[in-house]
Amino acid sequence: MNELEHPTGDPYGAKDGKDLVSGITVFPMEPHVPRKADIDPKAARRAERQVATMFGLSSLMIIAFVVAFVKIPNTSLISIPIIGVVNANHIAIGFTFGLAILLIGIGAIHWAKKLMPDEEVVQARHALTSPDEERKEVESSFKRGAAESGFKERKIIRRSLLGALALFPVPLVVLLRDLGPMPGTRLRETIWDKGIHLVTDATYKKIKASDIPLGGLINAVPENLLEVEHEEENLNQRGKASIIVVRMDPADIVSQQGQDWDYQGVLAFSKICTHLGCPTSLYQQRTHHLLCPCHQSTFDLSDSGNVVFGPAARRMPQLAITVDAEGYLVAQSGFNQPVGPSFWERG
Amino acid sequence: MALNRRHPAALFAVLVVGLGTTGAAYAAVSAQTAPKAAVRTETQVEQGKQLFLEGCSSCHGLAAQGGSDGPSLIGVGSAAVDFQVSTGRMPLAAPGVQAMPKTPSYNEAETAALAAFVATLAPGPAIPTEEMLNTSNAEVALGGELFRTNCAQCHGANGVGGALSQGRVAPSLMGSDAKTIYEAMVSGPQSMPVFANSTLSIEDKQGIIRYIQELQKNESPGGFSLGRLGPVTEGLFIFIAGLGALIIAAVWIGAKAK
Repeated sequence: MNELEHPTGDPYGAKDGKDLVSGITVFPMEPHVPRKADIDPKAARRAERQVATMFGLSSLMIIAFVVAFVKIPNTSLISIPIIGVVNANHIAIGFTFGLAILLIGIGAIHWAKKLMPDEEVVQARHALTSPDEERKEVESSFKRGAAESGFKERKIIRRSLLGALALFPVPLVVLLRDLGPMPGTRLRETIWDKGIHLVTDATYKKIKASDIPLGGLINAVPENLLEVEHEEENLNQRGKASIIVVRMDPADIVSQQGQDWDYQGVLAFSKICTHLGCPTSLYQQRTHHLLCPCHQSTFDLSDSGNVVFGPAARRMPQLAITVDAEGYLVAQSGFNQPVGPSFWERG
Repeated sequence: MALNRRHPAALFAVLVVGLGTTGAAYAAVSAQTAPKAAVRTETQVEQGKQLFLEGCSSCHGLAAQGGSDGPSLIGVGSAAVDFQVSTGRMPLAAPGVQAMPKTPSYNEAETAALAAFVATLAPGPAIPTEEMLNTSNAEVALGGELFRTNCAQCHGANGVGGALSQGRVAPSLMGSDAKTIYEAMVSGPQSMPVFANSTLSIEDKQGIIRYIQELQKNESPGGFSLGRLGPVTEGLFIFIAGLGALIIAAVWIGAKAK
């Protein structure tokens, strides 16, 4: 009974201030003001012309679209003020097609607003519950069904059914367990190890400690990275083993994660943020701060890589380095802690 | 009724005009505090020393040894001086977290003299020669890889710059010439780390410069580049312009016809 019964009248007695069905008071309707097009045939004809013009323009735009698509080579550029240099073909077909759709929409709305019937009606909602008889019927039929099934009396059936339902989730747990393989020790290990040379990222050259200037930054990877990448056919090891090497005045070093982990002010840190694993190499050489671009975690490399700002919970892992006989930087050992973001098993 | 005579935006307009005038006046005055050319002496180094004592020593110390207001310039080399002075970063307009580029206070000859003087203090990275900046044979692909490895984290993948911490910024490289980029790499101005020729060779640097030059040539085939900053400006634009247009359309659709 929620359909409109009186398309033009006062449905549900809205004018009386009471809804007939619910008895709830409805807000009073404002007096109806007829539109210009309703009383003035000239205005109506004008509105009609406006709507037809929009639909007509839309047709023109479609024709223009086809012409532009065929005629404008898709290599020609055009300079439009403010927007800049753009591809003439793309701009033309996008503009014409977009305008064609827009004009149909605007025309339709204009038509509906100006010329289609203009009535103000109140439509009442029916109550959100089922009628009482229906509710009682459902209740009694449920009770009758329960009694007829013998669920209460036949204990063995009831218990075996409950048992079966209780065991039902077991396969889900087994399948969930099988989603692995579990990461094992892979999250804890990188390919850094004792004696592995540090090489420059992208050019893979060994790094002489004496070549690094004060305030210098080098994005580095382990020497054996390319080999391992080739073997494993993925970038997982790069994602874990990337480091940055910086040099600062040894007098500036407040603390390190291990004794003599630097080499004459040359320090190596993981490049992987301990928050969510973004590559972090925005090193500001004056403050020795390392900033992560993702969430602005900031690590003080002159003070054990401690977090000085941002959401990271752990300091940046430091790689202990030294030099070989020829003065090239090598790792003293692998990282002594997992690099990158925290994970479940890390504890 | 007297209150209503004032336009609602009047207070705002007064504020904007007042703040703008004050700011412009301050900038005009402070930018002019750098001393102009002094008496020319016989040699470039002597002239540089003269200019240094007049314009730089108040912060960097009479012997360029540095102090509480400015770092030591001993060993920074001519590249650092040329970078800082020719881009207008030095002399500082005002103390702050970072010197920003502005109209240079010294002409080319004066800048060269200052650089020559500072280079005599101790060995340091020198102004690159024309040959070092010739990128016509540079490997642009390698340069791109090196740029993404070493530069893009701060200057952005498009080289348009980005924010650092505590108000510092990595400037846009879109207006930088080869010499400026080279000098920045070897001297490590301000927050930027040093990328010495020993660890990033001259060929590598030429590749990077060539790559930046190619970036500078890039048109924006889609029209508005919105600063090429990615999702921040693009999101803001569509949030304001796109949602704004939708709201206006919704209001128009919902409004009663007259």
